[in-house]
Amino acid sequence: MTKALPVVNVGADAPPASVPDFDAKLAAHGLSLRAAAVETLQVNVGKLCNQACKHCHVDASPTRTEIMTRETVEQVLAAVRRFRVPTLDITGGAPELNPSFRHLVAEARRAGAHVLVRHNLTVMFEPGQEDLPRFFREQGVEVVSSLPYFLEQQTDAQRGRGVFEKSVEALRRLNAAGYGREGSALKLNLVYNPVGAYLPPAQGAIERDFKHELLSRYGVTFDRLYTITNMPIRRFLEYLRRSGNEERYMRKLVEAFNPSTVEGLMCRTLVSVDWTGRLYDCDFNQMLELGVAAGLPQSIADFDPAAFAARRVVTGAHCFGCTAGAGSSCGGAVAAAP
Amino acid sequence: MAYYEEDDLGRFSEVGRHRPDLFEKFMAWYQACQEDGALTRREKALIGLAVAHALQCPYCIDAYSQSCLEAGSNMEQMTEAVHMASALRGGATLIHALQAHNSVGKVSM
Repeated sequence: MTKALPVVNVGADAPPASVPDFDAKLAAHGLSLRAAAVETLQVNVGKLCNQACKHCHVDASPTRTEIMTRETVEQVLAAVRRFRVPTLDITGGAPELNPSFRHLVAEARRAGAHVLVRHNLTVMFEPGQEDLPRFFREQGVEVVSSLPYFLEQQTDAQRGRGVFEKSVEALRRLNAAGYGREGSALKLNLVYNPVGAYLPPAQGAIERDFKHELLSRYGVTFDRLYTITNMPIRRFLEYLRRSGNEERYMRKLVEAFNPSTVEGLMCRTLVSVDWTGRLYDCDFNQMLELGVAAGLPQSIADFDPAAFAARRVVTGAHCFGCTAGAGSSCGGAVAAAP
Repeated sequence: MAYYEEDDLGRFSEVGRHRPDLFEKFMAWYQACQEDGALTRREKALIGLAVAHALQCPYCIDAYSQSCLEAGSNMEQMTEAVHMASALRGGATLIHALQAHNSVGKVSM
């Protein structure tokens, strides 16, 4: 009887063979990736979005139907209340398009959580969403919004035609509601990510440029600018492959590996929840369907921060995206560039 | 084989195979030049891009185009830098017309 050859599973997201194993790279620097605490529950309430950005790691778009049900939203809220989760970070898709979004925000605030919404700005112009600035203000929500560049050409190239103009108008409305004003408690933070296969600039330098350009060109103000590296997964990976940039981009990420970023990686203080309630170490693992390590609770219904506090983080080649240069997290750079 | 191979840029360190001591000195100096100082990294990257064009070095143009993007520059700024290099090359050519004037003047009545 002929023994079958072992199947080598080279999935659609398999990295180029030249990319080293991430855990081995950490070990070579005397490091391993374990969580430190659970400070943030990051909840992806669905893949439905009014935009279809070219770099989106969620593959979100107006045609996606995956959306968190009210029942799962209640399970998230039960966890927030029971464990007094310090921060609830709500993302999507455009999270505002989930019918339970406002309930989730209001109840989490009532439970005492700091609530952060990853708001794409243009959703404010969708039917029934015009009052979002007022809702955010009333709830004391922190708003984090993507704006890849302070010029129309670059922004529209990534996020779609007309997005820049709408985004600027949305920023004006948020400013008018009190967001992003000096001395205001209403925080409006922007997210820069490269419009292509290259690393982001130094966060402090590009923040100064954004502040100057957005104020002088459009009269818009904001608090902080976070630089985020494009992760080589899903839609951005498709772009890398289509444009012949995958090998070069992965080499760039690996060569820019900076061990001092590891301590500040978001997976060390965050647990990610998908639209079905399943748990992950980060939003990128979520999109790759890499659940938390075996033996841990896998669902928000069974969530217990004590079990997650010192867990081993599940890694992959995409993790080189968070450790390149000054590092990358949902809160931007995590270390000084080497 | 083409005279310029894109992948050779990533093989630059192989130049250090012979006289590594000299290559290491060069690299230390080269990298120190890139750091933020009286000029920002972005300004230095734009200068590098302009010089790369003046030298017409494809490796340098590739490297400094990427450096400019990663320093937050846009194509308008990068194009202005290249125009500066071009304008200087043009001006440097043109001012030599005075050499021709002088040369012609010496032998003319």
